[in-house]
Amino acid sequence: MSGEPVGATGGELVVVGNGMVGQRFVEALRARDTGGRWRVTVLAEESRPAYDRVRLSAFFDGADADELNLHTPDDGVTLRLGEAATGIDRDRRVVTTAVGEYRYDALVLATGSYPFVPPVPGTGLPGVFVYRTLDDLAAIRAYAAGRRTGAVIGGGLLGLEAANALRLLGLDTHVVEFAPRLMPVQVDEAGGAMLRRYVEELGVGTHLGVATTALHPGADGAVAGLSLSDGNRLDTDLVVVAAGIRPQDGLARAAELAVGARGGILVDPSCRTDDERIWAVGECAAVDGVCYGLVAPGYAMAEVVADRLLGGSAVFPGADTATKLKLLGVDVASFGDAHGTTPGCLDVTFVDPATRVYAKLVLSDDAKTLLGGVLVGDASAYPTLRASVGGPLPGPPLGLLAPADSGAGAAAGLAALPGTAQVCSCNAVTKDDILTAIGGGCADVPALKACTRAGTSCGSCVPMLKQLLDSAGVVQSTALCEHFDASRQELFDIVRVRGITSFSRLIAEHGRGRGCDICKPVVASILASLGNGYVLDGEQASLQDTNDHFLANIQRDGTYSVVPRIPGGEITPEKLIVIGEVARDFQLYTKITGGQRIDLFGARVEQLPQIWRRLVDAGFESGHAYGKALRTVKSCVGETWCRYGVQDSVGLAIALELRYRGLRAPHKIKSAVSGCARECAEARSKDFGVIATDNGWNLYVGGNGGFRPRHADLFATDLTTEELVRHVDRFLMFYIRTADRLQRTAAWIEAMDGGLDHLRSVIVDDSLGLAAELDAAMARHVGSYSDEWRDTLADPDRLRRFTSFVNAPEVPDPSISFTVERGQPVPERRPVVLGMPEVAR
Amino acid sequence: MSTDVLAPVLTAWTAVCRYDRLEPDRGVAALLDGEQVALFRCGDELYAVQNRDPVTGAYVMSRGIIGSRGDVPTLAAPLHKQVYDLRTGRCLDLPGVALVSYPVRERDGLVEVLLDRSAPPSLLRRPPGNGRPDGR
Repeated sequence: MSGEPVGATGGELVVVGNGMVGQRFVEALRARDTGGRWRVTVLAEESRPAYDRVRLSAFFDGADADELNLHTPDDGVTLRLGEAATGIDRDRRVVTTAVGEYRYDALVLATGSYPFVPPVPGTGLPGVFVYRTLDDLAAIRAYAAGRRTGAVIGGGLLGLEAANALRLLGLDTHVVEFAPRLMPVQVDEAGGAMLRRYVEELGVGTHLGVATTALHPGADGAVAGLSLSDGNRLDTDLVVVAAGIRPQDGLARAAELAVGARGGILVDPSCRTDDERIWAVGECAAVDGVCYGLVAPGYAMAEVVADRLLGGSAVFPGADTATKLKLLGVDVASFGDAHGTTPGCLDVTFVDPATRVYAKLVLSDDAKTLLGGVLVGDASAYPTLRASVGGPLPGPPLGLLAPADSGAGAAAGLAALPGTAQVCSCNAVTKDDILTAIGGGCADVPALKACTRAGTSCGSCVPMLKQLLDSAGVVQSTALCEHFDASRQELFDIVRVRGITSFSRLIAEHGRGRGCDICKPVVASILASLGNGYVLDGEQASLQDTNDHFLANIQRDGTYSVVPRIPGGEITPEKLIVIGEVARDFQLYTKITGGQRIDLFGARVEQLPQIWRRLVDAGFESGHAYGKALRTVKSCVGETWCRYGVQDSVGLAIALELRYRGLRAPHKIKSAVSGCARECAEARSKDFGVIATDNGWNLYVGGNGGFRPRHADLFATDLTTEELVRHVDRFLMFYIRTADRLQRTAAWIEAMDGGLDHLRSVIVDDSLGLAAELDAAMARHVGSYSDEWRDTLADPDRLRRFTSFVNAPEVPDPSISFTVERGQPVPERRPVVLGMPEVAR
Repeated sequence: MSTDVLAPVLTAWTAVCRYDRLEPDRGVAALLDGEQVALFRCGDELYAVQNRDPVTGAYVMSRGIIGSRGDVPTLAAPLHKQVYDLRTGRCLDLPGVALVSYPVRERDGLVEVLLDRSAPPSLLRRPPGNGRPDGR
């Protein structure tokens, strides 16, 4: 084809298919077609717009369809959902659907692929599924309910994804693969063996080197078993066929467009078919006869056609078929000539059965050029290695392959990469592109993502983006806010070492301005941690966030909730009755919390002292639910009652809660004690958790629920109670001294140089010589504790701030009103003007 | 008192409380003719803005933290921490959002706020649809 490309001037553009590549093509075209030369119509077979098929399995991890959505509405594009193209009339230049006809000046086929179902008897039985669309997954999920066993035909990438899905659905899962190893396309024999060990340890049965010869129905007519070529039979309630994909080229064949020898719509390197007005991109296209079943080459084709349709001359650059994924929790990566098919090539192999890492590099015959490789178990070297394919090795091979805990190897490798090397292969972003963006002012990973799209698809290059930022000298500021250049830890040391007791002195000597809602509560917390008395005295009152200021938790309607301390979750009937009476008399909404106590909602500020008067008189004290402080120490009932319990978990939980109550910290602190290994108190989801053993206590640290749940790590075993308390004392005080603002213990340990081992050396071995100081600080806290609510009630000055209106203290806030829901008062729903935008900080 | 002279019927300084009732860098709420007003004392300056948080609709602005951003004296909303310029009421984090601000002064040891009664402030100065029963 020569001369001016036909159709490059614009007109009607019809796109058949709204998968990932079809969507990317439309976005790429629309971004470049600033003059609006093309009117775009997209015909989509599925009923929902483009979604992230690569992350399809996330659907079973709890993601919903919206999270996978890739489609952004565009007024310049007509999207016809659920309207499959049924034919192409090339003479009249129209695409037909069941609904009508669409005339085109240019036609882009992005029809993708369809699952290959082997021609064996029984694949049409009920209970047999393919694994391709969200609808497929929804059908699998519905069918799996109440069933026990599932089998996947196909042990490749898709098959293992499907196997993981069945596992997550609670099925006893088997994988049947014709090749002698799992993922035969991506990994070699040794890598496959390592992968098999991982997969089988997860309880997934593997049947390798056998074919499925038939699927059999059970008495109800639905699938009940598989016959295998080795004569065995596998009973199963559900079958997923994941034996590969085939290009969806039927529409093109019917229109008599040329197809590749092994299927796929034949296109030249400009992605044009043998009809000059028709193009094909993605898995349905065979570029010079070769089909690609990965998203990155499809995206590259999308960019080529978008460019061509606007008069450009881009050509398909060849495909990077490198793959990195996490399958069943195992990192697997393969890139370049993974199987060593280049004549004369050399292998470097690293196998560590202990850490179960397998890695192989394929080098050129002179051992100077990296040709490809396979990584199983640890793929942290993948981004650097993949980007080095075709060039010199970025370091000594073993240094690159050995588990990159320090990251030093990877960083060195990154520096050696040429600027043209692709850092993000999903979106074809080179190292030079990243460095240009950094030079242009991108100062963090989100900015780089927004600017270059790097890291926005599979995300495997995000560590490299961070390293590139580091190596470009971009330092993330540790300044607390515009008023202090110091970090929280530095401020803590300044306050402690210089004996500063007021915010005004601190900001005058070490900061600027008047402070803000970030630094004031931080300093208030530091002052409180260092034992500067009642948190609302004098100037400290002006530093506190509203919760600490009113010693209660503010709610959406401006009322507060009240949480009395119930140590260890143990409470007498008399005290329960008092809480009930208080709730009834003040008409408070009552709810049991996750921390084994009772939350009373809907109190107005002027009611708080009245409520607390009743509670304090009955022997309650503040639960500090409003503070960045110790919240609760949950417990199970322990050996006192439980036939399995081996220690008194309630007694220990109460002792710990009373010891650390009121301790102000960078973030809330939660704890729990379980009386045996059954762990009914969920101690491993806490900042510090204790689990009884026959010989004492095991201590776990760094767990949390919340936004990013994390299990605590085992810190020490079989401790006496005295040892346990000493460890926790030091752990908490070290955390309070050195953590960042709003950094929970998990993030604090993760960010610590040397991590858990370092923490252990500080606490157990006193490697920093801090232990005596930490012990003394905790002793001061324990000795000086005083209940904030009791103190507040004893002082008329302090009570004065619990007023509705300064000029009308007898008038309750008229904006607060309640309705009744399930027998309890709840806030009247008010129309909200602006929604709930969070302020980005 | 030129304002009083020009429009004696429509505006008036209203005494709210004793000056020493205001804690430094902390707010109080006041109820003035059915309007909820948040009063603050920052150094020698006094500020008065609407008590209603425009983002959430809750009447809580008097409980926010006082501070500064550059040279601007600020108030952070207690629920979601949007920051406002105390002098003008303008939100520094969200475009188009503002608090009504009221003239305020100290006289003879009393804090006084100037209320404009020429029209309900809610009609003239609030964003529409604020959900108050008297807002239409």
